[in-house]
Amino acid sequence: MFDNLSDRLGGVFDKLKGRGALKEQDVRDAMREVRVAMLEADVALPVARRFIDAVTEKAVGQDVLRSVTPGQQVVKIVHDELVEMLGGEETPGLNLDAKPPVVIIMVGLQGSGKTTTTAKLAKLIREKHGKKALMASLDVNRPAAQEQLAVLGEQTDIATLPIVAGQQPVDIARRAMESARLQNVDVLLLDTAGRLHVDEALMAEMKAISAVSAPTEVLLVVDSLTGQDAVNVAQSFTGEVPLTGVVLTRMDGDARGGAALSMRHVTGQPIKFAGTGEKLDAIEAFHPSRVADRILGM
Amino acid sequence: VSTAKLDDATLDDVEDALIMSDLGPSAAARIRERLREKRFGLEISERELKEAVAEEIAEILRPVAKPLEITAFPRPQVLLVIGVNGSGKTTTIAKLAHLLQEDDYGVMLAAGDTFRAAAIGQLATWAERVGVPIIRGPEGGDPASIVFDAVKAATDTGIDALIVDTAGRLQNKRELMDELAKIRKVLGRLNPEAPHDVILVLDATNGQNALAQIDVFKEVAGVTGLIMTKLDGTARGGVLVAAAEQYGLPIHAIGVGEKIDDLRPFDPDLVAKVIAGVA
Ligand SMILES: Nc1nc2c(ncn2[C@@H]2O[C@H](COP(=O)(O)OP(=O)(O)OP(=O)(O)O)[C@@H](O)[C@H]2O)c(=O)[nH]1
Ligand SMILES: Nc1nc2c(ncn2[C@@H]2O[C@H](COP(=O)(O)OP(=O)(O)OP(=O)(O)O)[C@@H](O)[C@H]2O)c(=O)[nH]1
Ligand SMILES: [K+]
Ligand SMILES: [Mg+2]
Ligand SMILES: [Mg+2]
Repeated sequence: MFDNLSDRLGGVFDKLKGRGALKEQDVRDAMREVRVAMLEADVALPVARRFIDAVTEKAVGQDVLRSVTPGQQVVKIVHDELVEMLGGEETPGLNLDAKPPVVIIMVGLQGSGKTTTTAKLAKLIREKHGKKALMASLDVNRPAAQEQLAVLGEQTDIATLPIVAGQQPVDIARRAMESARLQNVDVLLLDTAGRLHVDEALMAEMKAISAVSAPTEVLLVVDSLTGQDAVNVAQSFTGEVPLTGVVLTRMDGDARGGAALSMRHVTGQPIKFAGTGEKLDAIEAFHPSRVADRILGM
Repeated sequence: VSTAKLDDATLDDVEDALIMSDLGPSAAARIRERLREKRFGLEISERELKEAVAEEIAEILRPVAKPLEITAFPRPQVLLVIGVNGSGKTTTIAKLAHLLQEDDYGVMLAAGDTFRAAAIGQLATWAERVGVPIIRGPEGGDPASIVFDAVKAATDTGIDALIVDTAGRLQNKRELMDELAKIRKVLGRLNPEAPHDVILVLDATNGQNALAQIDVFKEVAGVTGLIMTKLDGTARGGVLVAAAEQYGLPIHAIGVGEKIDDLRPFDPDLVAKVIAGVA
């Protein structure tokens, strides 16, 4: 059942490729199939619509339709445009270029993978960048959230800020800054509680955390299984804090990952990393071209 | 109130709204078609249209609305809770335990997630807050042996409901799915009827992949019912409509927050109204 779609889309593309002269209507028909494919892949509807409009306009251009292999050109335009919208060929890494301690804040909905990703990034910062990291959990909501980060710290051998029972998030952030300075830490990673974008109190708290810690990176951690809600999430978080990038988790799943496109498009920020497992080395640079294929089911 | 003829453009809008509620393009197209057949060309107000959409959805959802019931004889009734990572299993277990306890059932929890960092601590904190016993083993231990101990303890102490937590797993992970099948088997060793309920916890913010989750978990673990969490945000959970059409699995409850009493019975008419934008 889940393969039918890529078969169908593959069929549409094959049909286009195999043809000589194309009429504008042929292109429009094919684009309707591409639209369905994108919706099945959970690309948010407004984003899919914009994409299809942009691509259709390019593809019905006279030099495409009159070229020797119009079908192949249309397919190429769809793919290239998608790669471009996902960030092009270059994936920017972490920006650690600031006066230490460089602060990275992780934000996102409940259960998206923030705490796990915090530990993965800290490990990467030590191993790839050769820098000293400190992690602090500002999550006073979820039971055992701070213990979870402490355990991950032990597993990765990365220091975590000692837990002080009852201390509130903004105060923990201040203490973490202080501690990072005293210990000559290069990079301080602040893990925050999961929050819904409609939760005004928690969104205000996130802003306050950002205000006291002057972050260089604010990373929105998003589940690649996310559906149409991606647009709401991206809009609300972007409106509250200066996001600098997105991390897409659970890319080891079999979701087609259309949320990537929605996120990139709505936040205007690059998708910097893909989480590819529960283990703490399961993180990689985001690959727009691979994800484009995946969204199109190719 | 202004009315307009129900035409193709309006039907397009309806279909788009349904897609944005995560019904997916095919289920959305089916509902559009049904509306077309019944009412095309009729004068209709916006409110009437939304109500008509809600009614179409409610018709699909009503047959699957089934609360969880503790009926097992002999006791305990064993409830196995499963799902992908971060969907809300552990929190939902705490909410369920609280609900059952309010109904005077004796409840016990089993910490079957020995893998994720501090997962045991998370469940143990909830157990303490709710005031129910928990059976736990060492971090990194064998979940199958913990659930075996738990069934034994629950049986020996006359517990009514034993709720088993499991580690999150993506349905395309073969090894982890095999482990789940094993946990299921071990639960049945002391009591062939167990697990009586296999509850798949779905995250409302997930899109169409939820259908793949149902498909595979059903196959591997014999899912008997669904709970959808995180409906307190802006995600509308329309994938439940497609799920009801395709699988007909009971939907027991919905999660609407992180607190202990944030579990609600699944009300098909209300959810239909939310999806249709009437409520
Ligand atoms: N398969 C897979 N699982 C992941 C990935 N990232 C995180 N997880 C799992 O997702 C679940 C939730 O991860 P957490 O890091 O606790 O998520 P969180 O955003 O901190 O959750 P809250 O603090 O409750 O909001 C855990 O079971 C993690 O092991 C990933 O890339 N792939
Ligand atoms: N807003 C909201 N948050 C929820 C709901 N249910 C659970 N959560 C939150 O979602 C996050 C993940 O919940 P958990 O119960 O830890 O999820 P899990 O499925 O046990 O996660 P793993 O064991 O890591 O796979 C936590 O931050 C919960 O507080 C809900 O109905 N609404
Ligand atoms: K999720
Ligand atoms: Mg966390
Ligand atoms: Mg859990």
